[in-house]
Amino acid sequence: MKFGVVVFPGSNCDTDCVYVLRDVLKQEVVSLWHEETRVQGCDCIVLPGGFSYGDYLRTGAIARFSPIMKSIERFAKDGGLVLGICNGFQILLESGLLPGAMLRNSGLRFICKAVTLRIERTDTPFTHRFKVGQVIRMPIAHNEGHYTADAKTLKLLHANRHVLVRYCDADGRLTAEANPNGSVDHIAGLCNADGNVMGLMPHPERSSEAELGSLDGRLVFESLIEAYAHA
Amino acid sequence: MQAHVYITLKPGLLDAAGKTIQDALQSLGFQGVKDVRVGKLIEIELNHAKTSSAKRDLERMCQKLLANPVVETYRIEIKR
Repeated sequence: MKFGVVVFPGSNCDTDCVYVLRDVLKQEVVSLWHEETRVQGCDCIVLPGGFSYGDYLRTGAIARFSPIMKSIERFAKDGGLVLGICNGFQILLESGLLPGAMLRNSGLRFICKAVTLRIERTDTPFTHRFKVGQVIRMPIAHNEGHYTADAKTLKLLHANRHVLVRYCDADGRLTAEANPNGSVDHIAGLCNADGNVMGLMPHPERSSEAELGSLDGRLVFESLIEAYAHA
Repeated sequence: MQAHVYITLKPGLLDAAGKTIQDALQSLGFQGVKDVRVGKLIEIELNHAKTSSAKRDLERMCQKLLANPVVETYRIEIKR
């Protein structure tokens, strides 16, 4: 399987993603500079975390107009797999590939810590290596992770089961204390209507090796690799 | 000509920064403060000769890039 990790000016998790996919999971990986206009035959595109364009104006607002994004939008519309992590999630929201928007964390602080998350759905290419209701650990590192959407969009998200991951406590309960950034309905990760584009605030690439304290993030990438193998 | 574009969060959305400033003002004794919302001011210098075409372009700039319609509203003011 061939992965493409997009590099925007200000991306800072791109080499971590390349490392995990290439060195840990032994997949073919190319870095795609934001000025490129083709996805180079990749089977899955990863939009990594970071501070693309310095987060100026709004997170992801300028990156979404990068030349590479036009071909990624086309790739996604043709059913290609796209995973946006943290800033990558914010870029997917700005580009309209996913619904909703991110606000500043309700506590106004940049939060960098491991959080517990609940897997809501496993019949997707991003999550099928998990179990429904499984509580996992991944780190978050963001200032704008407060997910929000209008009432109509939220209703559709829940009715069509587009929410894949939610912030929860260690027992899987959706308590207020377990919601680090104020995200509506504890939403930490969601997919589009076709199920081929996912946005995820926590960092799977930072929880893919035992040395880093959690292997749970690796299951996201392994889900993708298996889904591709069986497609 | 110069234009000012004001961008604010839609009413009803939590403006965490505004709320913090409101709390600070109230704790400083400004008990008359009822609500604070924080936004952005973008100053734009334009080459346009006509106000109408400037307005039309500014409107498009707001819709395309300057504001996120999911969470923000905008107001355009043309200065001389």
